[in-house]
Amino acid sequence: MQWETVIGLEVHAQLATKSKIFSGASTAYGAAPNTQACNVDLAFPGVLPVLNREAVNCALKFGVAVGAEIGKRSVFARKNYFYPDLPKGYQISQFELPIVGKGELTVELESGESKVIGITRAHLEEDAGKSLHEDFHGLSGIDLNRAGTPLLEIVSEPDMRSIKEAVAYARKIHQLVVYLGICDGNMQEGSFRVDANLSIRPYGQEAFGTRTELKNINSFRFLERALNYELERQIDVVEGGGRIVQETRLYDADKDETRSMRSKEEANDYRYFPDPDLLPVEIDESLLEQIRDEMPELPTAKLQRFIQTYALGEKEANALTASRPLADYFEAVVNAGGETKIAANWVTMELGGALNKAGLNLANSPVSPEQMGGLLKRIADKTISGKIAKQVFEAIWNGEGDADTVIKAKGLKQITDTGAMEPIVDEIIANNPKQVEQFRAGKEKLLGFFVGQVMKATRGKANPEQVNELLLKKLKA
Amino acid sequence: MHNKTIAELGAGLRAGEFSSVELTRHFLKRIDSLDEGLNCYITVTPDVALQAAEAADQRISAGDAGPLTGIPIAQKDIFCTQGVKTSCGSRMLDSFISPYDATVVERLNAAGVVMLGKANMDEFAMGSSNETSFYGPVRNPWDRERVPGGSSGGSAALVAARLAVAATGTDTGGSIRQPAALCGITGLKPTYGRVSRYGMIAFASSLDQGGPMTRSAEDAALMLQAMAGFDPRDSTSAEEPLPDFSAGLNDSLQGLKIGLPKEYFDEGLDAGVAASVEAAIEEYRKLGAEVVEISLPNTHLAVPTYYVVAPAECSSNLSRFDGVRYGYRCEDPKDLEDLYKRSRGEGFGEEVKRRIMIGTYALSAGYYDAYYLKAQKIRHLISDDFKAAFEQVDVVLGPSTPTTAFGLGEKADDPVTMYLNDIYTIAANLAGLPGMSVPVEPVEGMPVGLQLIGNYFDEAKLLNVAHKLQQVTDWHKLAPEGC
Amino acid sequence: MSLDRSDIEKIAHLARMAVDEDRIEGYATDLSNILGLVAQMDDVETDDVTPMAHPLHMAQRLRVDEVTEVNRREDFQAIAPKVESDLYLVPKVIE
Repeated sequence: MQWETVIGLEVHAQLATKSKIFSGASTAYGAAPNTQACNVDLAFPGVLPVLNREAVNCALKFGVAVGAEIGKRSVFARKNYFYPDLPKGYQISQFELPIVGKGELTVELESGESKVIGITRAHLEEDAGKSLHEDFHGLSGIDLNRAGTPLLEIVSEPDMRSIKEAVAYARKIHQLVVYLGICDGNMQEGSFRVDANLSIRPYGQEAFGTRTELKNINSFRFLERALNYELERQIDVVEGGGRIVQETRLYDADKDETRSMRSKEEANDYRYFPDPDLLPVEIDESLLEQIRDEMPELPTAKLQRFIQTYALGEKEANALTASRPLADYFEAVVNAGGETKIAANWVTMELGGALNKAGLNLANSPVSPEQMGGLLKRIADKTISGKIAKQVFEAIWNGEGDADTVIKAKGLKQITDTGAMEPIVDEIIANNPKQVEQFRAGKEKLLGFFVGQVMKATRGKANPEQVNELLLKKLKA
Repeated sequence: MHNKTIAELGAGLRAGEFSSVELTRHFLKRIDSLDEGLNCYITVTPDVALQAAEAADQRISAGDAGPLTGIPIAQKDIFCTQGVKTSCGSRMLDSFISPYDATVVERLNAAGVVMLGKANMDEFAMGSSNETSFYGPVRNPWDRERVPGGSSGGSAALVAARLAVAATGTDTGGSIRQPAALCGITGLKPTYGRVSRYGMIAFASSLDQGGPMTRSAEDAALMLQAMAGFDPRDSTSAEEPLPDFSAGLNDSLQGLKIGLPKEYFDEGLDAGVAASVEAAIEEYRKLGAEVVEISLPNTHLAVPTYYVVAPAECSSNLSRFDGVRYGYRCEDPKDLEDLYKRSRGEGFGEEVKRRIMIGTYALSAGYYDAYYLKAQKIRHLISDDFKAAFEQVDVVLGPSTPTTAFGLGEKADDPVTMYLNDIYTIAANLAGLPGMSVPVEPVEGMPVGLQLIGNYFDEAKLLNVAHKLQQVTDWHKLAPEGC
Repeated sequence: MSLDRSDIEKIAHLARMAVDEDRIEGYATDLSNILGLVAQMDDVETDDVTPMAHPLHMAQRLRVDEVTEVNRREDFQAIAPKVESDLYLVPKVIE
């Protein structure tokens, strides 16, 4: 039988706020255990939550970006369950009235087509702490630094019909939240985590099959692998005459398998109710207006603009708009005088490669967009050749100044004066009679040999086109 | 000295007739000799008190004293006090030395009060008799075989027994007004949102409110002035302007409209208590007030509604007591579930467990609509009753409790009968309105409380109405024998 | 509404609270009585009534996103039942 895959995703994006969602403790990653857990985060008796304005703004930015209905009045609710990383014995979340309602996101697929994925809702909630499983004489250790970090939980409709679509959607959400500046997107640090619901059904069947939920996947590669494993597992179970049990499964990256955590039967009764310590959040039109006005250009719009304004191909434009810092860098290079095609190539290939090799990113690039623009200007006006430019780039990278300074200091200016080039060419022709004879006898690929000799003699500074022209003229004379 | 009011003592301190240290020592001595039989205090803090008294004396001599500077008070043990045990009357927090101060504590300390100690209370404020305290019951100073009421029973008894000039209390369903009534003192539950809940250990978050317990309305105004006001650390704190609560105490009651809800004078009301309340009403007529009968038709639903809302909120609020970060932890837990179950099972007393269970049940899958949601709807109806009433009258007046203090152990085994003792006080919490209990003529030697309920943020009116009665009567000046 | 032994056990488990074996019947009676009191609510027609979660009609106030808290781990852990290597210790957490 042919099986159709149905996937819905729940993404937890940690919001890029300085302080926690309900307390003034820092959210910085990597602090010593329990140094960033204040009395509110630790749920001391008598403490109370006060909502962080920035967390609300982040949620609204996301809502506007996916064209969602914004809850004019949203309510925080308590989700009650006991777990050592949950100090209050309840998580403050949103249940009936989330801040972001129905929206949608267009995802570009590898095939070149695009697909609209429905977003059911997005709500604000607090993150839990961490249980550390190193052995303390058979006990677990609890670090509550992460407790209270703001999260936006983004729930999709079960609209994805393949693993590729699911991964593309997850990547698109990731790109979007990073673009919006509401999440740092660091998956290794757990800033962006994905839960996936997967079910299968025979093609043509309308009703959904029983789904399983895969929890806490923290890379796109793992997402793909976990879904692949789970899809095959479900097909095996059903084709073997078994039934899928609705349950939560954990993806084990080391073993590349999913295993059951708990089944629905023993699932918690969360006893949701409106948190009486918090009041309804009211969003007025003027705040929404402000959010809309401050909305950055979103990835899809930027892509279209890059193709049109800079006459770039879709592939180049896609690469340049993959992240906002990269797109901004590219535009700054163009503003500084870089020709768009050359700039696209230099930013993605030369700079990208160098940064990658050095383990750096754009934010701490040793070469500023202005310096890059200055360099590309000298390629365009033929002051230097593309090959010499790489040498100049390296010098700029090493802090030897901007392009013009380096070119001057190292005497790298291209020789474009044919008068100056002629004696050199004559000398080379005179010194290589054998090769001249062969060339004239029809072995025309020897032209490369002569060009090489000229370039060597000029230490690469001769304009290659002019050298070609001059050599041909003299050799064929 | 211990019979003087805050205003009188303040004047004496500022005139140099006695120092705060002397005053503090006087009260500490009284606690030493009298509290053993009453059990009003869970913790007495002589060192903290004398240090504060010395600082107060310095402020007074520097001319930097406010009305509360140097005045010895007690804090209900529900308010977190940094460096001092804050037990909330529970074994669960017997080892809990709070690492921070409640806003109320911070504000009173800034006003220069001297904290003598932490007052006994029903465990986690759940009780109407102070019998649920892990530290044993408080005895009523008017008759030691009777209860002082609860949950602020220690606060009420110690103010009545002159073991401090004033105390703080909290009121979720009557926990300030009912013990104030049974101990013959003045107690005020402010409008919800008037006094910060930060650092006040939560019982039912949408009902809890802290307030003063004193020997007169005049003193209550001074205490409230220091305790109240907007607090950015409490999301439910109201950004209302704070009036001068003492300014209007003597305003004339001529033309004041007082409403008597007919439901508060039903067959459940003890005849003696009714007569005392009538006597007070007569005084108000003499003061020029106009007394009219009103109706609060949903009164009978207040107790049932409360016993869904309060336990539901408490079941969640008390989940943080899990033996992990502070407080009681059972011996040798064999696994995580055992840690939770035994720490909570052994750390909480009977009544707390009952309420956690009721609340857990009311919120559980399949019952939420029938209980919690239904209760919230009826809460709206009860609130609307008052809204309609305040369109006709300025204050609502009735008894604080159906009877005078009952005997120790008399209702301890019957939760429902115990709950019905709060029948007149609970509605004000559900609606969030300010309420006050003022002593009127005792019945057979036992105190009786008159309840006044005001409109939102109209505490000043309640204090004015209470003060005028205290100007023309001496009921609030009566002291229990031997105190 | 009357609760029996198994109801009490279920509720006590949800609340992660051990109750003495010989008190279960007592709790069942107490809780049933309280639910009996609460049942008076059933007589009221509330279809058109909006629920009141809160006494005051205010909106949530929003806090400025600033770090205001300092590290007080030592103070906080001084009163913790079991701490090692700056972590709160609990019986093994099994996922």
